Amino acid sequence: MAITDQEIAELKEVARKNRIDTIDVTGWAGGAHIGGALSMMDILTILYWKYLKIDPSNPDWPERDRFVLSKGHGGVGHAVVLANKGYYDPAILRDFNKTGSAFGMHLDGNKVAGVDVSTGSMGHGLPMSVGLALGARCKGEDWLTYVMLGDGECDEGSCWEAAMAAAHYKTGNLIGFVDRNHMMIDGPTESVMSLEPFADKWRAFGWETREIDGHDYTQLATAIEFAQGYTDGPVMIVANTVKGKGVSYMENDPAWHYGGLSAELIRQAKSDLGEG
Amino acid sequence: MSEGGVAWTVYDADKMTQREIYGAVLSELGDRHPEIVGLSADLAKSTKIGVFGDKFPDRFFNVGIAEQNLFGMAAGLAKAGLVPFVSTFSAFASMRACEFLRTDICYQNLNCKIIATHGGTSFGQAGSTHHSTEDISIVRAFANLTVIVPADAIETANAVRACMDVDGPVYIRIGRGFEPRVYESEDYGFEIGKAVEMCPGTDITVIGTGVSVYHAVEAAKLLKEDDGLSVRVINLHTIKPIDEEIILKAVEDTRRIVTFEDHNVIGGLGTAVADVIAASGKGCAFEKVGLPDVYSIIGYPEDIQNYYGIDCDGIMAKVREVMGRDFEADEDWEDEV
Ligand SMILES: Cc1ncc(C[n+]2csc(CCOP(=O)(O)OP(=O)(O)O)c2C)c(N)n1
Repeated sequence: MAITDQEIAELKEVARKNRIDTIDVTGWAGGAHIGGALSMMDILTILYWKYLKIDPSNPDWPERDRFVLSKGHGGVGHAVVLANKGYYDPAILRDFNKTGSAFGMHLDGNKVAGVDVSTGSMGHGLPMSVGLALGARCKGEDWLTYVMLGDGECDEGSCWEAAMAAAHYKTGNLIGFVDRNHMMIDGPTESVMSLEPFADKWRAFGWETREIDGHDYTQLATAIEFAQGYTDGPVMIVANTVKGKGVSYMENDPAWHYGGLSAELIRQAKSDLGEG
Repeated sequence: MSEGGVAWTVYDADKMTQREIYGAVLSELGDRHPEIVGLSADLAKSTKIGVFGDKFPDRFFNVGIAEQNLFGMAAGLAKAGLVPFVSTFSAFASMRACEFLRTDICYQNLNCKIIATHGGTSFGQAGSTHHSTEDISIVRAFANLTVIVPADAIETANAVRACMDVDGPVYIRIGRGFEPRVYESEDYGFEIGKAVEMCPGTDITVIGTGVSVYHAVEAAKLLKEDDGLSVRVINLHTIKPIDEEIILKAVEDTRRIVTFEDHNVIGGLGTAVADVIAASGKGCAFEKVGLPDVYSIIGYPEDIQNYYGIDCDGIMAKVREVMGRDFEADEDWEDEV
């Protein structure tokens, strides 16, 4: 087993803390894209706390692995992860969304340490990630590029243009995730614009594809370690998740794509997450 | 206006945003115009075109998050004889779908209406990916396209109705929803291509568009009280075709013009006005104020407007500055042309 029970227990505790902090920042910010930040949190946690080759004290370290949050509206969750990894003082997240802050809903790589590329407009992250992966190859460097897509985001044609290019150029140093929470803004993905058979689409585009439970650390570890060892081309991990994961009143409700939190809602969310 | 006689009387613009009024007006138009269809790209709720979609589910298409396809499909629907209303955030309408708007819709001169929401820095906290401070500049350069930036929710109602009279593509840029009300009621004579004089004045002319109009009107009141200045305020709601007459009259009458817009100073309202002044051969003291060719700071829209000097305070300061300039008026234009 690639991951021990103790590691899983520790990672779950980190993820729980990350989720609670994301609730706090959402409260301070007056609103945030909370649903999609919570759905991807276990994946971000295992990447940042176990697999990414990074050095928070040296965010521009040239040899670091790159992480691209293609679903850039998840910035509130990514900001918490970076703070808790030590890229900056978590206290500055009290200014999230405030005038003049470095932190808005979509993180700006020129302002926030640890953000490799600026995203927020859907369908840009995968093209840039393919470029990063090819760049590492051109320079003969062995860092990896990890990219996180939203499932609704995969409606964008540019995702599939990039998917084709990644397979064509056999980017064995590119590892993709889709946060398959089955929700977008206007409702469930399958009623707004159906994606299924979704994993088969990635396969047809030439990606080695795995479909897993995105909240199960054993499955995550197995899939990531497979992807790290697979060098013949890009790997896509379709991670089935729950939008709003961990907060009872948010789970699977598209209304919580974006929202503000009253003191009472914060208290309830934290108690769902085992605090207070 | 061919859409006259409609039963909308008072829209409570204090309670309804530009987007909500847009959704309501479009739904009512849909009753009388079976040829209207609606399209959005996972922003039906956010842009309020979903109000139309809920009422006419068979005439509404949500294409998912796919703005290029959104505009391409709209072009196809227009070619088939329908009148598509397309709504997404203005950053995506003007930039993500740019060539589809330009080549499929404008080049083919199709009868398609684009209602682009979250214009300018109105989505301030979302950051640069969602700020739309280039869209006027971009779409102004598309031949055949009419470009309108309503000042408030009431003017949005007028613009959405009036665009049905244009046999060709129209781009209407509205905000996110926190724009203060400028007009008391709908009947002030809205006409596409005809700017509105909001207050008379003889010392200087302030030209605004969109949310800047409110601030200009407030600034003019205060400048009268505090400085005894007579400030003419023009609401240039139609950027294209532009009302040359009202601009040239302001050049003649006030000899000082300042423009304000929630947009990059390059290519937007100010540039459009400057083009008219320059081509006339008649000089005047002139300044254009907007975002100074930067990506905006993050923040609340009203703070951003204050930061870049496009709110009431900024307008007052700039007017005083331009009034203080040593501008020699020449009474005889004829020998200069
Ligand atoms: C090009 C573009 N179009 C529209 C949007 C507005 N938008 C922000 S999030 C979102 C829905 C995203 O859905 P999904 O990718 O499934 O993310 P998740 O459910 O994980 O939050 C949309 C349409 C955008 N950011 N970029």
